[in-house]
Amino acid sequence: MAKGIAAKRLLMTGQVRCPVAIGAALIAVGMLRSGPAVPQNAAGTPPATLQETGLYTDQDRLQVDPAHLAFAPQYPLWSDGAAKRRWISLPPGTAIDGSNPEAWVFPVGTRFWKEFSFNGQRVETRYLERKPDGQWLYAAYAWSADGRDAQLVSARGKRGAYPLAGGRSHTIPGVTDCKACHQGGPSEVLGFGTLQLSPERDPDAPHAELQPEPHVDLGYLVDNGLLVGLPKALLDAPPRIAAATATERAALGYMHGNCGHCHNERGSLQNIGLFLRHSVTNAGEPAAMSTIKQAVKKQAPGQSPDAVLRVEPGYPDRSGVMQRISSRYPALQMPPLGTELIDDEAVRLLNRWIAEKGASIRQASANQGR
Amino acid sequence: MHRALPLMVVTAFMVPSAVPAQDGAGAQVKRGEYLVSIAGCHDCHTPWTTGSAGPEPDMKRALSGHPQDLTISAPATLSPPWSGAMNPTSTAWSGPWGVSFSANLTSDPETGVLRDFSEQQFIQTIRTGRHQGQGRPILPPMPWPAYANMTDDDLKAVFAYLRQVPPVKNKVPDPLPPKQ
Repeated sequence: MAKGIAAKRLLMTGQVRCPVAIGAALIAVGMLRSGPAVPQNAAGTPPATLQETGLYTDQDRLQVDPAHLAFAPQYPLWSDGAAKRRWISLPPGTAIDGSNPEAWVFPVGTRFWKEFSFNGQRVETRYLERKPDGQWLYAAYAWSADGRDAQLVSARGKRGAYPLAGGRSHTIPGVTDCKACHQGGPSEVLGFGTLQLSPERDPDAPHAELQPEPHVDLGYLVDNGLLVGLPKALLDAPPRIAAATATERAALGYMHGNCGHCHNERGSLQNIGLFLRHSVTNAGEPAAMSTIKQAVKKQAPGQSPDAVLRVEPGYPDRSGVMQRISSRYPALQMPPLGTELIDDEAVRLLNRWIAEKGASIRQASANQGR
Repeated sequence: MHRALPLMVVTAFMVPSAVPAQDGAGAQVKRGEYLVSIAGCHDCHTPWTTGSAGPEPDMKRALSGHPQDLTISAPATLSPPWSGAMNPTSTAWSGPWGVSFSANLTSDPETGVLRDFSEQQFIQTIRTGRHQGQGRPILPPMPWPAYANMTDDDLKAVFAYLRQVPPVKNKVPDPLPPKQ
């Protein structure tokens, strides 16, 4: 920085004889775009290869250990259209504590894997492991071109992992970006919770995946002693998003799975007052209440000034939510990380929801006027 | 008198105990001011001007970011090998990312960028390089990767200091995207 100041003084006085310092400084800051990550905490260093995490019993045939449970959340996170497979492993004789259904507590030694593939080609597998100190270890493994093995990715992540449309490419996120989402709410584990594993699955959920065998849901976990303490009421009446229409249910579910990990009532962004995470313990749908006819708190760079409301029923184009998810300008786009492309299916769904919401409000007004 | 004695004793102990608490807050702000001064925050967040001794930060506008009346509408036009440029106030930087304008870090309730930040969000912003810790990326040349190595206590001190920097009303423009 001192070099930068000195160079700046020379530049401003017109005495620049050696602009190398400024050039070097600018190149250096240009390189910062990928951003180094905060060093891993004391939870440990991730294994160097995916094989060492214990996902496979037979690496050559990529045979997943049958003791691991494959699962699929009902409202999956969209990641540039990647096909995903997920597994959880609990240490023998342990169980998840579900007594707080908003934030399950996982036993030490719990492991999660999520495999990302594009066009049938494995690209990365992300890994979470709960360490003895209670911290979660974060890692990502990039697959070799021949698909035979996967090596640990630098904590800074990896750009250009797979080519996507429009000259863009899939980015394997760095550890800080992983934590930006995973540490944004009541639980660091996303996609494996009460609503996501409810047997009342939403048939209209965008990007819905088939449930792999053995169909892991709340009932399966409780029946097999893998989940304890879950309030019985949630088994008797499995949670589902309360919505006026199927479209609304799917739209709110999409936001729960794709936005609610940051935008919720418990995380550090709670002062924004945008709550897109479904609560299985409280009545009402925060995602509807905090968006419909609610003012945009602060315009994002590049946002159209006509976006006064987060959701303006009947007017998707001037709803703030739509402008954010329909953009991939970094200062405006939502989600701000994890995707390079616009999720067209989600845009269509939320457009339809907002349009239908306007129509239903107009109809209700007409009925009242009769 | 005997009944009043315990109360007097308690009061005598209470008064001094309140003073260190105030000293603690004051010390934290002083620590923050020190850190801001050595971390180069004024290099970009305070507009530079040419004074009698040459270029220097205009401390009347300390930490108020890119002046709102200084309009920049497009990235710099550069030829190889150059990849970036800055403007004379050192508050606008052009590079492969587009144009970034340094933020108003003062306590102004209308235009200060930290007006909506909690202490935790400020810490997370510096740790992650993302707005409020989880949002859009902070653009170069903000050297957050270096500051990410600061301790929580140091970042709290910086935040405490910035919260009480005299307000300067100055609405910094939005960043500009790179040329297509």
